[in-house]
Amino acid sequence: MAAAAAVTGSLLLTVGCSSSNSSSGSASGNTGSGTNWATASSVAAGGGMNALVAAAKKEGTLNVITLPANWANYGTIMKDFTAKYGIKINDANPDGSSQDELNAVNQLKGQDRAPDVLDMGTAFAVKGAQQGILAPYKVATWASIPADAKASDGTWFADYGGYVAIGYNSDKVKTPPTSFADLLKPEYKNQVAINGNPTQASAAFSAVFASALANGGSLDNITPGVSYFKKLHTVGNFVPVTASAATMESGQTPIIVWWDYLLASEIGPSVKSLKIVIPSDASYAAYYDQAISKSAPHPAAARLWEEYLYSTTGQNLWLQGEARPIELSTLVKDGTVDQAAYKALPPAPSGSVIFPTQAQQAAAENIVAQQWSSVIG
Amino acid sequence: MPKLLRGLRRAAGVIPFGVYVTLFLIAPMVAVTIGAFQDNNGGFTLSNVNAATHGVYLKGFWQSIILSVLTSVIPGILGLIIAYTIFTAKRGRVLRQMAITAAGVFANFGGVPLAFLFIATLGSSGLVSQWLTSLGFDPYAHGFTLYSLSGVVVVYLYFQIPLMVLVILPALEGLRPAWREAAENLGARTWDYWRYVGGPVLLPSFLGCVLLLFGSALSAYATTEALTNGTIPLTSIQIGSFLNGNVIAGQENIGKALGLGMVVIIAVAMVIYVAMQRRAAKWLR
Repeated sequence: MAAAAAVTGSLLLTVGCSSSNSSSGSASGNTGSGTNWATASSVAAGGGMNALVAAAKKEGTLNVITLPANWANYGTIMKDFTAKYGIKINDANPDGSSQDELNAVNQLKGQDRAPDVLDMGTAFAVKGAQQGILAPYKVATWASIPADAKASDGTWFADYGGYVAIGYNSDKVKTPPTSFADLLKPEYKNQVAINGNPTQASAAFSAVFASALANGGSLDNITPGVSYFKKLHTVGNFVPVTASAATMESGQTPIIVWWDYLLASEIGPSVKSLKIVIPSDASYAAYYDQAISKSAPHPAAARLWEEYLYSTTGQNLWLQGEARPIELSTLVKDGTVDQAAYKALPPAPSGSVIFPTQAQQAAAENIVAQQWSSVIG
Repeated sequence: MPKLLRGLRRAAGVIPFGVYVTLFLIAPMVAVTIGAFQDNNGGFTLSNVNAATHGVYLKGFWQSIILSVLTSVIPGILGLIIAYTIFTAKRGRVLRQMAITAAGVFANFGGVPLAFLFIATLGSSGLVSQWLTSLGFDPYAHGFTLYSLSGVVVVYLYFQIPLMVLVILPALEGLRPAWREAAENLGARTWDYWRYVGGPVLLPSFLGCVLLLFGSALSAYATTEALTNGTIPLTSIQIGSFLNGNVIAGQENIGKALGLGMVVIIAVAMVIYVAMQRRAAKWLR
């Protein structure tokens, strides 16, 4: 079935490119003033911010992909960028997945509607870097991004993310749960759910990883997380449906373990009595990553977009979308953080954030793929 | 040359169908088969097939087959009975039209909305479950849970029974009342009629319909996914996590090997069907 979809997909693409190629042939890397921005690996290497802004304005367009307007405040971010620099943004396939982004880079290569910049999960950023389709670039604030949240060559770097959190409807759940251990209590019978299948949805996978940390596991050992959900099922608290605003509203899943920022943005609007806590026994965070396509049709605009996102303005705009920008701790230290937006987030646990390495991530994925179906068994 | 031309003209009517089958059945099947034997660099390997036939994926095949057999045979029989009742109802034209329309709607109602419907009614805190509990019978305290294989069977019955009614009705219409009258005139009882006339005539269509239900159950995906989040190993969902997910990257070819496995299952089911149909059809010749 998937192969059938691929066949139709490529047919559509063939039809599409015959019409779009004629519209503009200016998709070349060199945009005047001597700098080839397509290969510039930092704003300084390209000749400074003014030169970048001038070159980007000359390109006039930026192609982004899979950015939903209501996700992490991207709607406002894109509008503000266009207003500030007069650069038009085309947002392709807003509800697509990380894999769709890589496919688009490969399939639309050489066309002026190919994506310039990407925003994807780390596994896919690494895959893109291995395929050699990402351009190395280091934003001006490169040093503020934690070393384990970026590729050392600059092919990808973390942008925003959040913590695995417990969201609950305080109308239905009288005693607030504060930890994974709490969720096993009998009073939460038939109440706890996660947002999807951990072998497919990265949010659900992360919930399993977080519960592993709370139950004696580590980034090297996710098995206690699977066992935890098994126990949660045995005591009768786990509802294995795909949780959403609808299932919380209708009372089927009064407690959902999910990303704090997605609980806030996706469920908050329809469930007014939603409360979000980061479990006291596990702080597990994950971030999405930015990357620039090597074959970007608008290389200067792509780089300007990254500089904008990692400016104080861009970082605070993400924060207003209830996502945690990667440079949040720097913003807090410098006092440049949007205080109101910062206070709207559930307080982050102290201590530094730890991320699984690629090897740990891959090992954990395989274990979950093998063991998840034994949870109910 | 004119002969070839004439041949072409005669075949012209089938060309659209041929193109359709090539694009949407043969091409994907070839792609899946090739992919199943390729590693990520395009080299030949048996490791995908090996992975797909062991451990949790082997279990997935078994569970898928059990689920598909249950949800094709049970609705096959129930659907036949319902369809026959509708068919023989006196002054049944209005009833028949209503039943066919309703069956058409129910048979096509699936996916996430259907899952939510069942969660909201038969889920652990669903409406019907709450009513039963207030009447003193908590189904969840008696071993029932919607989020298990038996729960999924219940949900599948919801769209499989009407599907069976829809596809078996035309076959029932082929049963001429005159045959029954003739049999009765010759002294046949109801059992004799079904044993020697009605049953053998219906059997090939019945088997074909059950095979259709089997295929529909084997490939169903969205409803179960929304209902159980992968806690029941089913092949269609496992394929989904390789090809569609945000978690597992770079193992698409194991998904293709699983897809190849499903092709094999359907092929085996078709062979059994053809063999049984041949036996059943002997009588008709």
